[in-house]
Amino acid sequence: MKEQQSVGIVVPQTAHFSDPLPLKSGGVLPQYDLVYETYGTLNAARSNAVLVCHALSGSHHVAGKHADSGAEGWWDNLVGPGKPLDTRRFFVIGVNNLGGCYGSSGPNCINPATGKPWGADFPFVTVEDWVDAQARLADRLGIERFAAVVGGSLGGMQALSWTLQYPDRVAHALVIASAPKLTAQNIAFNEVARQAILKDPEFHGGHYYEHGVVPTRGLALARMIGHITYLSDDAMGQKFGRALRHDKPVFSYDVEFEIESYLRYQGDKFAGFFDANTYLLTTKALDYYDPAFDYNGDLVAALGRAKADYLVVSFSTDWRFAPSRSREIVYALMHSDRRVSYTEIDCPAGHDSFLLDDPQYHGILRAYIDNIQV
Amino acid sequence: MSFQRYDYDVIANWIEPGERILDLGCGDGSLLRYLAEVRQVRGYGVEKDPERVLACARNGINVIQIDMEEGLAGFDDGFFDHVIMSLSLQAMHNTQGILKEMLRVGREAVVSFPNFAYWRHRQAILNGHMPISKNLPHQWYNTPNIRFFTIADFDDLCAQEGIAIHERLAFDEDKVITDEPNFLASVALYRLGRSEPSTG
Repeated sequence: MKEQQSVGIVVPQTAHFSDPLPLKSGGVLPQYDLVYETYGTLNAARSNAVLVCHALSGSHHVAGKHADSGAEGWWDNLVGPGKPLDTRRFFVIGVNNLGGCYGSSGPNCINPATGKPWGADFPFVTVEDWVDAQARLADRLGIERFAAVVGGSLGGMQALSWTLQYPDRVAHALVIASAPKLTAQNIAFNEVARQAILKDPEFHGGHYYEHGVVPTRGLALARMIGHITYLSDDAMGQKFGRALRHDKPVFSYDVEFEIESYLRYQGDKFAGFFDANTYLLTTKALDYYDPAFDYNGDLVAALGRAKADYLVVSFSTDWRFAPSRSREIVYALMHSDRRVSYTEIDCPAGHDSFLLDDPQYHGILRAYIDNIQV
Repeated sequence: MSFQRYDYDVIANWIEPGERILDLGCGDGSLLRYLAEVRQVRGYGVEKDPERVLACARNGINVIQIDMEEGLAGFDDGFFDHVIMSLSLQAMHNTQGILKEMLRVGREAVVSFPNFAYWRHRQAILNGHMPISKNLPHQWYNTPNIRFFTIADFDDLCAQEGIAIHERLAFDEDKVITDEPNFLASVALYRLGRSEPSTG
């Protein structure tokens, strides 16, 4: 076993882009910033770069720690010296996506045209737009071709999209706990989350910044709904069961069951730092993603452009992005004559499993990544 | 296992360069790796066992972790040139179903299995014990094998299911057995196809 370490203290960087970015919605971002972090060293051949794409609530802070807050990266168990994505071998990049709320241009930033926060006027951004913006950052960093693009959930959609939008610029895609498009049920969950935000009296049509308020109740509710879908029934049952706050029912709408306490805590915590407009935009990006849409729903035809090799990973208890959804990607890739491996990890933690360091899961990632030539 | 060399060579001889190959129960992927080397196949393995899937990943083999007992529903008709099942049929519950699936997704199927009627196995039974040999290495209480059949039995099943036997080779260790294979051969390899539609 190799010794596993942290990449240590990391400092985010900002890249400003003044060339307008055309968006899939037909809109244009006239200029924008992308906040990113890098770990490891780009080799002389510039062939060892790996892009890590984040999911709904993630950020550019993938690994290491921030000196001021001490906050650890969201995928620190994967990325670092001796870890499956080994920063002694690879130059790893994390980017906060457009529309985000961690420093990249988003609804909580000032719209240069008005001098006021973008709010609801920030244009709709899609998975494809994020990939286009990431490609410009790659240009800026002198990376012609990624050794790999890696992502879980919505991040997996970006990894897949990279191989379709820029087939010559990606050698490997690791598509984890993802899907080729959302199901009606998935869109339904997103819609309930959005309605919670949109109907919060403090939303103010998305211009709440100007009112000095935050639609925290709606955002917390949205997060609570999301959280239920990220965990499995079994995991929730094992962790909380029907455990009561007081030893017996007290017939009140205050917290009685421990699961209520947990969800409220998670919701409130999230609403304290995340931006409601970013949540709205990001769930819409999830809903819209459908690479087969322009191919009459034929995913094999949609994947015809791809040139990458793939690893697709799912988790047995993930019902938000179920294994059958990953298998749709796998079979379509296989029928497009792409090299692809697929594993379904037996893990009790539901959709959130992709963030854990299950030994079989990380073993497969390590084995696959070790075989990537740089 | 040394006997696998001739097993692999027989299979390689049945495969044209550049074919699409599916290997069901691919283990650590060594057969696919061999076929990629000598026949430049575009190969995919199916394996359920997590340790073996990990071994495939280490070997750089395309592996798809599904349970083939549930069929090959995601695989298109006729996509593969050959679908191989090497020494695994005796461990499958859904014998007829998987043979049908192999010939649905593949132009031809290649199947190998240990012959339970091999004379040493018969001798073991006559001596009152379940056979243990190179090709049947497990004890009765821990064997993964659940279907105990012979070359003669498999021929019958093919006739019954309308499966065409394009070629059959039988071996004792690495020696080809042409006379009395059901008695003298420990392993058989078959090249199977869909039977031609009846014209009469």
